[in-house]
Amino acid sequence: MDVLIYLVPMALLLGLCGLAAFMWSLKSGQYDDVQGAAVRVLSDDDVRT
Amino acid sequence: MTEALDLSIYVKHQGDGTSHLDLAIEGIDCAACIDEIEGGVCRLPGIVDARLNYTNHRLAVEWREGALSPTQVVDELERLGYRAHPFRSGLMEEEEERRAKWLLKCLAVAGFASMNIMLLAVSVWSGNVTDITPETRDFFHWLAALIALPAVAYAGQPFFQSAMNALRNRRTNMDVPIVIGILLALTVSVVETINSAEHTYFDSVVMLLFFLLCGRYLDQAMRRRTRAVAGNLASFRAEVAHRIEESGEVVLVPTAALKTGDRVLVRPGERIAVDGVVVAGRSEIDESLVTGETAHRPVQADSQVYAGSLNANGTLTVTVTAAGKGTLLDEVERLLENAAAAKSRYVRLADRVAKVYAPVVHAAAALTALTWIATGASVHDALITAVAVLIITCPCALALAVPVVQVVASGALFRAGIFLNTGDVFERLATVDTIVFDKTGTLTMPGMRIVNAGDIDPALLGAAGRLALSSHHPLATAIASIAQGSPYDGVVEEPGQGVRAMVDGQEMRLGRPAFCGIDDCAAQVAASDPAASAIAFSWGGRRAVLLVRQALRPDAVAVVRSLRDDGFDCRILSGDRPEAVAPVAAALGIDWWRGGCKPTDKIDALEAFKAEGRKVLMVGDGLNDAPALAASHVSLSPIGAADLTQAQADAVFLGEMLRPVQDTVEIARRAHRLMRQNLCIALVYNLIAVPLAFLGYVTPLVAALAMSGSSTLVTLNALRAHGRGPAVPQGEPIPSPLRPAAQGA
Repeated sequence: MDVLIYLVPMALLLGLCGLAAFMWSLKSGQYDDVQGAAVRVLSDDDVRT
Repeated sequence: MTEALDLSIYVKHQGDGTSHLDLAIEGIDCAACIDEIEGGVCRLPGIVDARLNYTNHRLAVEWREGALSPTQVVDELERLGYRAHPFRSGLMEEEEERRAKWLLKCLAVAGFASMNIMLLAVSVWSGNVTDITPETRDFFHWLAALIALPAVAYAGQPFFQSAMNALRNRRTNMDVPIVIGILLALTVSVVETINSAEHTYFDSVVMLLFFLLCGRYLDQAMRRRTRAVAGNLASFRAEVAHRIEESGEVVLVPTAALKTGDRVLVRPGERIAVDGVVVAGRSEIDESLVTGETAHRPVQADSQVYAGSLNANGTLTVTVTAAGKGTLLDEVERLLENAAAAKSRYVRLADRVAKVYAPVVHAAAALTALTWIATGASVHDALITAVAVLIITCPCALALAVPVVQVVASGALFRAGIFLNTGDVFERLATVDTIVFDKTGTLTMPGMRIVNAGDIDPALLGAAGRLALSSHHPLATAIASIAQGSPYDGVVEEPGQGVRAMVDGQEMRLGRPAFCGIDDCAAQVAASDPAASAIAFSWGGRRAVLLVRQALRPDAVAVVRSLRDDGFDCRILSGDRPEAVAPVAAALGIDWWRGGCKPTDKIDALEAFKAEGRKVLMVGDGLNDAPALAASHVSLSPIGAADLTQAQADAVFLGEMLRPVQDTVEIARRAHRLMRQNLCIALVYNLIAVPLAFLGYVTPLVAALAMSGSSTLVTLNALRAHGRGPAVPQGEPIPSPLRPAAQGA
C-alpha cells in the first residue's frame, strides 16, 4: 500500500490545480456576464468585416 | 436630440491616455444586439474597446482621449435604435459585487475541500469494515486535517464575522451555533486524529460549510440581481437640466453635475430637476408627484420649487438650493428619519427560530455529555457523543430553508415585473391584512387622459390631437396622445393661452375656453366633472370642450375588487383635494378614504391602523408618500415614483397595471407557506436525528447522509415556490431592458 503515499497527494494536487483554475477564471471576470457568454459563442466575430 | 448633452462628469480618465464610460442600454432584446452594438460603436474612430455585458445590459466603452466626445457614442447608439444612459455604479452595488465574489471564492474552497475529504473519508469508512491498517487510516486522517483546517479558516470567514458581530451586539443569530459546532467538531477531530481513533468528523464539518455557503451565495445573488436592475432604472430616469453658464450660454447637463448656486432654465412642459428658488419668470407648476395635489400652483420670483414638479406654461429661471429649513423636502426627510427609527424592527423568521434553537441545541449537547458520564461512560466517549449531537443539529437545513425559498420566489416576482429592495419582505407581505393606496400616480396613471372622448365628434377630436402636437403645455400631451398624423404647419403658440393655426382656410384654436371664445359652454361641461380641467377647441364654427384629468390604471377596478374578495381591507390616503379623491374611491368601491393628507397625516393614519392591530401594505409613489412608506409594515411603489420614495419602498413594480400589487401578495403568501414548511421539515429531521445522536448511534457516515438528505429535501421543497407563475396580463410585455436575468451569478 506504499503507493498511496504519493498517489493520494498527487490526486490532491490535481484537485488544487482545478481550484486554482477556478480562482483564476473568477478573477479574470469570466463570471461577470454569464448570459452574454452563452450567446456570444454563436457569434462569428472572427469573420466580422 | 437637438441639444448635445454634456457627459463629461461620467467619463473616467484612466491615466494611460484612454477614457472610460459606462452606459446602461435600453432596448436590448436579443443576442444579435451584442454584435450590433459592439460593432457599431467600434466603427467610430478612436474607440479602443466596447464590451456589452448582456446580463445586466451595460456597455463599457474605452477610447483614446480626445479622439471623440462621449456624446458621439450615445448618438451612434441612438441611430442604431438603442437608448444609452450614462451610468455610475453606486457604492452599494460595488460592495455587493465584491461580497458576491468573495462568497463564490469561499464556496469554491469549501467545495474542493469537501470533495477531497469525502474521498478520504469514504475510504476510511469502507476500510473500517474490511481490512484497513491503522497506519493507513492515520495517514488519511492527517491528510483530511491538513485540508480541512486551512479550508475552514478561509471558507468559514463569512460565518465567523457574522457570529462575532452578533455576539458583540449581545445578540445571537443562526451563525453562532454554526460557528460553535464547526469549531468543536474540528477540535475533537484533531484530538481523535492524534489519538489514532477510528472516527473523525472533518468531512461533516466541511460539507456543512459547503451547504451553508450555497445558501448564503443564493441569497446574495438575489439581492445583487435586483440591485443591478434598480441601478439601470435609476440611470434611465436620470434627469437633465439646462444650466445657464456665466456667459449666458445655456448647456444641457445631467442633474448630477449641478451644484448649489447654479442657475437653471426650465421651459414650459419640462420637469424641474432640482430643488430651488425661482429668480425670474412666472408660471404654474404641477406638483402632483411631490404632494399628490393635482391642481396647479402659481409660482413667481422667490417661490420655492421642488424636484419632480412639472412646469406648465411659463419659462422659469431657478437657482439651485440645498434643501433649506422649513421646505417640504426638509420636512419629508425629518419625518423619514423618525419613521425609520420608530419602525418596530421586524425580526426575521430565521432569526426568531435561531433565538430559540441555539440554546436548545447547546443544552441538548451538554445534557448528552452529562448523561453519558453519569451512566459510567468515559469522559472521552461522552464528549464525542456530545459533539455528534452538535454536528447533527447544526442548522444546515434550517439555514437553507429560508434563503432558497426567497431566491425562487423573487425569481417569480421578477418575471411579473416586481423588484425587491429587501430580502425579508416576503415574511412581512404574507401577514398583510390592510392595503392603503395613494391616489395620484398609484391608483391613477401618472399622465393625463381625455375623459369625455366618447362625446366628441371623432374628426374634431383627431384635428385637436394634431394641433396639440405643437403645444408645450403639459395638458396638451394628453390630447396629443390621440393624434393621428403629423402636426399642422404654421402653428402659433400663445403662452398661457393656447395654440392656433389656419387649416383649410379656417382658424383652429386649442386652449383656454376664453381663448377659443366658448366660455359659457365650457363652464357647463366642466360642471359635470369638477376634478377635470376643461380645454376648449374651435375650428371655424365647430366647437368642442375636452375634459382632461388623471385616469385610473386600466385594471384598477378589477384588482381592487379581487383584493377585497380575498379579504383585504382596501383604503385610500391621498394628498389631493377631497373632491378629487371621492370619485376615485366611488369608482373602486372603497368606503374608507381620506383626502388632503400631509405627510404627517398619512403617518398618523398608519399609526392608528397599527394601533388597531392591522398589518398595513402601503402602495404609494409621491415624495409625500416616502415617510408613510417607511412607517408602514411593508410598502410597494410603482416605477414612476420619485427617487426618495422608491428608496423607501420594499419593492418596486413596473408597467401601467395595478395587477403586480396582487401578484406580490399572492407570491409572498405562497413563499411564506413554503418557508414555514421548510422549517418544519428541518425540525422534524432534528427530532429524529437528535435522539439517535444522543444514544451514540451517529457515526460520521450517518451524519453525512442525514445532513445532505435534509438539505436536499428542503431545497426541493423550495423549488415549488417557482410553481405556476403569476398570470402576467397578456399584451403587456415587460420592457426589454428590465427583462430579468435568468441567471443570478
